[in-house]
Amino acid sequence: MTTLEFSHVSRTYKVRGAGTLKALDDVSFTLTSGKTIALVGQSGSGKSTIAKILTQLESPTNGSILLDGKPIPRRGRALRAYRQSVRMVFQDPYASLNPYHSIRHHLERPLRLHRVVPTREIDAEVGRLLERVKLDPALADRSPHELSGGQRQRVAIARALASRPSLLIADEPVSMLDVSIRLGVLNLLAELQRESNLGVLYITHDLATARHFSDEIMVLNRGVVVERGPADRVILEPEHEYTRRLRDASPNPETLFGASTGTAGKEAGK
Amino acid sequence: MRFFLRRAAFYLFTLWAAITINFFLPRMMKGDPITAYLARNQGTVSPEAIESLKILFGLNTDRSLWQQYIDYWGLLLSGDLGRSLSKGLAPVSEVIADALPWTLGLVGIATLISFFVGTSIGTYIGWKRGSKAEFLVPVTTFLSTVPYFWLGLIMIAVFSTTLGWFPASHAYDKTVQPGFNWEFISNVIYHGTLPALTIVITSLGGWILGMRNMMITVLDEDYITVAQAKGLSPRNVVVHYAARNAVLPQLSSFALSLGFIVGGTLIMEMIFSYPGLGLRLFEATLAKDYPLMQGIFLVITLSVLVANIIADMAYAALDPRTRQEEAL
Amino acid sequence: MTDQTLLTIDTIDVVYDVDPPVHAVRGVSLELARGEILGLAGESGCGKTTLAYAIQRLLKPPAVISANGVIFHDRDGTDIDITSLDTDALRRFRWNKASMVFQGAMNALNPVKNIGSQLDDVFRTHRPGMGKAERREACAELLDIVKVGRDRLRSYPHELSGGMRQRVMIAMALALKPQLMIMDEPTTALDVLIQREILQQISELRTQFGFSVIFITHDLPLLLEISDRIAIMRAGEVVELDTPANIYHGAKHEYTRTLLSSFPSLTGDRGGFLRGDQTTGATR
Repeated sequence: MTTLEFSHVSRTYKVRGAGTLKALDDVSFTLTSGKTIALVGQSGSGKSTIAKILTQLESPTNGSILLDGKPIPRRGRALRAYRQSVRMVFQDPYASLNPYHSIRHHLERPLRLHRVVPTREIDAEVGRLLERVKLDPALADRSPHELSGGQRQRVAIARALASRPSLLIADEPVSMLDVSIRLGVLNLLAELQRESNLGVLYITHDLATARHFSDEIMVLNRGVVVERGPADRVILEPEHEYTRRLRDASPNPETLFGASTGTAGKEAGK
Repeated sequence: MRFFLRRAAFYLFTLWAAITINFFLPRMMKGDPITAYLARNQGTVSPEAIESLKILFGLNTDRSLWQQYIDYWGLLLSGDLGRSLSKGLAPVSEVIADALPWTLGLVGIATLISFFVGTSIGTYIGWKRGSKAEFLVPVTTFLSTVPYFWLGLIMIAVFSTTLGWFPASHAYDKTVQPGFNWEFISNVIYHGTLPALTIVITSLGGWILGMRNMMITVLDEDYITVAQAKGLSPRNVVVHYAARNAVLPQLSSFALSLGFIVGGTLIMEMIFSYPGLGLRLFEATLAKDYPLMQGIFLVITLSVLVANIIADMAYAALDPRTRQEEAL
Repeated sequence: MTDQTLLTIDTIDVVYDVDPPVHAVRGVSLELARGEILGLAGESGCGKTTLAYAIQRLLKPPAVISANGVIFHDRDGTDIDITSLDTDALRRFRWNKASMVFQGAMNALNPVKNIGSQLDDVFRTHRPGMGKAERREACAELLDIVKVGRDRLRSYPHELSGGMRQRVMIAMALALKPQLMIMDEPTTALDVLIQREILQQISELRTQFGFSVIFITHDLPLLLEISDRIAIMRAGEVVELDTPANIYHGAKHEYTRTLLSSFPSLTGDRGGFLRGDQTTGATR
């Protein structure tokens, strides 16, 4: 059981000629194995800042981040161990894979770096990883540009899982994918989360998918957590004004047409 | 406003750094040409001349380095750049002032013409892809790779020696009296045509290609499609939407190339015996005339700096995005 | 076709003449009524944007447009065949009768001109009779209508937020009070709250000025809420064309059903989605 505690974190930026910008203001949450938390926010809410801090691209101005009770390491072997344990899936499937390297190369690197399996088993492990994300192992020798957006994102997920992490941060993992394949990828993430008992932080601007794919939702507005609670409760009975406005502003044909008697919402996409 | 002030501060700093480096350079050289010269020409050099030469070249070692530095600045601010060893101890500033207008005038005007003509052609070619005018691109690019001296000599051979249309050398006939009269000015233009033409021909290619490529990039942008969708006339779209954006990097290049004018097109001045700064620098190098060389280097440094400033200001004036403080 | 039909598209094809040729739009036929909001839904590559561009002849080579006819039935009674307009007539048609709101106003505005002058452009080109002061007032009014405010007339595009830029695009498209506005993903990159505001505004403007709208987006739930009819496109063809209620309750085409089921319900049943250790309903 791994716990990541984001504790009273603030992040302030200096803006030339315009004072300071508080991207995050006293944000706290806990990520534990086996649970999915959705971080819902619009642009400028601070959700990308949280992702950057978790991957150590930035550091907080105030507050602390504790992994299993200890502050997260900033360098050396301890940092590598952190990176093995906490992995990220990025938003843009077209930018997160290096076009000059094969899929195999992308998957081998974390395997080698974190010594997940002995060298002679690496090939087999690459195949296993691809199967876990429902891709044909024969794709291993292709280049990223030969794959579709959805396939690329699955490779990105496989790469994240290669080091056998305990926590996964998914930053808008499907917003750049075609609509009809989004649910398939989200379902995959949910399945993988269940199988490996991962803790997942699902960062998104989309309330509907946040509701369906997480246990808990946190609503972020301009760097402040305005509401948190069980997913269904936050969406169906929001307590904060902002959450209510978000929910009412999101397209929701059910309010017009009632619960679907046809096909909407009844079948999961592939 | 803050933007301009910050830039101004930066340039002042650069200026100070350039002059300071210029101060240290001769002091880092081995040997010392001045003492030898002074030893040879003992009686003929005036005390002021000796003094300024010493200050410039760090020979007044009886003073502390800091004091030398102050003296140096004092000298520069009073416009005294020393005495030219090869020009009979004439003040360097005078020698430079004599040559500078010719360089600036000829090369400046030639560069301007080249820029405007080249940019206009580039705009047209970029706009009308596949037009017949595209042949100009390989032709002018080829011409710009031709060695300048060769082209200059050919021009002289054809237009001067053979056809006798233009004179082959000098800025004006010795028989004409310099002054602000038409006879003199037309004579200058007459003499300047061939060298200017040579410069224009060899540099046209760069401007055409640069503008054409920028036009092609810009024409791909969404706002061009929007402009066409709005039903704007093609001329409006080309000038105010496409060229207006495409010309920005061209202007930067242009301003920067202005800085290098002063360095002169040495070869041009040699071939046409044109009395510009480049020729003076060449002569100074041959004669080991260090004061003159140093003076010219300083002037070149300053002019590149000034050109930089102009380029910056022009860009900021034309592209509103650069004036913005850090984006939120 | 009735006198209430604004636009008749009769079998339009768009082929990109490359090797191998790409058939971006295949034999699409549509009729658009006056004042109607037609939603055009589909995923990337389905041809919806190509279709929108083709109608206005905005496509560049190697695109080849062929159609039996794209007829605009003007309010004043004349019929205009867009495909056979000459260059000048086309320029006069554009923006006057039909205008477009482009996607991603990031790059859709000229970065070196202020927004006032970009609005002014439209009037100078199409209303040569207007004087300078008149034009200025018209531009200011447009900015007021879209709630950007006339005090932003001299602002540059980069000084405005994404939402404001999009509103400027709408103001620009509205300038000549066209009869048709084509909107290509006008709210996709925006905050959901701002999106709602802008949609509200479009709705109000439509009521006020009576134009038709072709609204292109991949966001099907959005279209279900705002459209009078929805056309679903896939691989260059319109696979379904019906009212939102009919599509929602009983879509006929399989692809429409797939598309619908890709949007999990916000407030209704959970449906068949895997989540944590709960698996309710069908899984795939």
